[in-house]
Amino acid sequence: MTTQAIQVRGLEKSYKELRVLRGVDFEVARGSIFALLGSNGAGKTTAVKILSTLLRADAGTARVNGFDVATQAAKVRESISLTGQFAAVDEILTGRENLVLVARLRHLKEPGGIADDLLRRFSLTDAGARKVSTYSGGMRRRLDIAMSLIGDPPVVFLDEPTTGLDPQARIEVWQAVRELADNGTTVLLTTQYLDEAEQLADRIAILHEGRIIVNGTLAELRKLLPPAKVEYVEKQPTLEDVFLTLVGGKGGDAGEPRVPAST
Amino acid sequence: MNRHFFGDTAVLLGRSLRHITRSADTIITTAVMPIAMLLLFVYVFGGAIDTGSVPYVNYLLPGILLITVASGIAYTAFRLFTDMQSGIFERFQSMPTARSSVLWAHVLTSLVANVISLVVVVLVALLMGFRSSAGVPAWLAVAGILILFTLALTWIAVIPGLTAKSVDGASAFSYPLIFLPFLSSAFVPTDTMPGPLRLFAEHQPVTSIVNAIRALFTGQPVGADIWAALAWCAGILVVAYFFAMNTYRRKIS
Repeated sequence: MTTQAIQVRGLEKSYKELRVLRGVDFEVARGSIFALLGSNGAGKTTAVKILSTLLRADAGTARVNGFDVATQAAKVRESISLTGQFAAVDEILTGRENLVLVARLRHLKEPGGIADDLLRRFSLTDAGARKVSTYSGGMRRRLDIAMSLIGDPPVVFLDEPTTGLDPQARIEVWQAVRELADNGTTVLLTTQYLDEAEQLADRIAILHEGRIIVNGTLAELRKLLPPAKVEYVEKQPTLEDVFLTLVGGKGGDAGEPRVPAST
Repeated sequence: MNRHFFGDTAVLLGRSLRHITRSADTIITTAVMPIAMLLLFVYVFGGAIDTGSVPYVNYLLPGILLITVASGIAYTAFRLFTDMQSGIFERFQSMPTARSSVLWAHVLTSLVANVISLVVVVLVALLMGFRSSAGVPAWLAVAGILILFTLALTWIAVIPGLTAKSVDGASAFSYPLIFLPFLSSAFVPTDTMPGPLRLFAEHQPVTSIVNAIRALFTGQPVGADIWAALAWCAGILVVAYFFAMNTYRRKIS
């Protein structure tokens, strides 16, 4: 077994004339969180689709959990789970039924027990018997991620997991992602939010016009710019601090209502 | 074939059957239009249509059953389209699940939903005075033809379900199929139609299927119609299956 959970070499993909990926290389270490950062249309989703066997690359190779995505697709599918850009949940089924469905399709024993356990972990127990169409955006996304964890796949792909979520739901998702990595799961997430990459990722790669233009830890990326200047500024609470304090945000570091110290 | 094919198909079939029971309106809507046509033609136009000694409701029912299926499969396309759009399709495809199970589950669901609608329409026809001298074997033969017809049309419905860009596009293909029985022996005998139309009406699939079912219901010899009906259904089934599977393979690779 290699130490790299994901290895990508010279990946290329075009849609007709449009060259979306123009030779992408990166590696993701086991148990780490890797963020693929880029603006809309940079090719993030295309890269994730190739890695999760939904698309074929035009050129280059990609290995996930040691298996080649082109020639060992079935093995790759057993090693991964994909949480797409839009919550891939069944609206008509209840939350619990969604989880049971995925557990059955992964051919696991005791799908009911697995579902109840995940409902608890993602604070969805009370909503478990309700149709997903009644869920809020944050609950939907949590269920979506819970569905991805069934069967404990060693590699998880999260394609823009917090796009369209309110700040509170975002923190909940971040917490879920951190817990995943703490338990040894490799996470590849794509995002267009810089702070999300900053908060979560062990390594960050910036995908721009179909190529990775930088790849490193946050500290390494910071060194690319001139050393920090020391400036004294009045620390105002950010709007996010205010919002989370007022609505009594739970989870993350917003657990207690904080009153920002005046300076 | 993947060793999980049957198990996975059963799980996914359970899922879409649950969709049907939770949105029973789709089955009711499917049955409402053919029932409305049945009422309209039997009580409004039927008196003016000469079908000899055969009561008009007996004459009309086979064609109405085909219209029931033609409008029912619009929902098959719709359900498949919704899965494609919602991302759950991609989730299934990225899992170690038998790949064609997703499609087969939709096809079998379509069969179940259409059979329910057909039973509802037949019950309404019985209330309206439909009577048949057919015995059990003839009823089974009718059921067999209708199931084959449903499968053939369902595989046609899979193609727009997979490729449509909008909800309207996914179900619009069914309109010509619903209209086709009007240009056949389903509503009126073809004898009164002008030359070219009559030629078309007598050689399109609906006429032979309708004639075969009608003969079975009345206990008449089915003659060559049943073979033409079976050949049409089987032919459409094979061609549609081939195209649908081809489209599906392109979608998932």
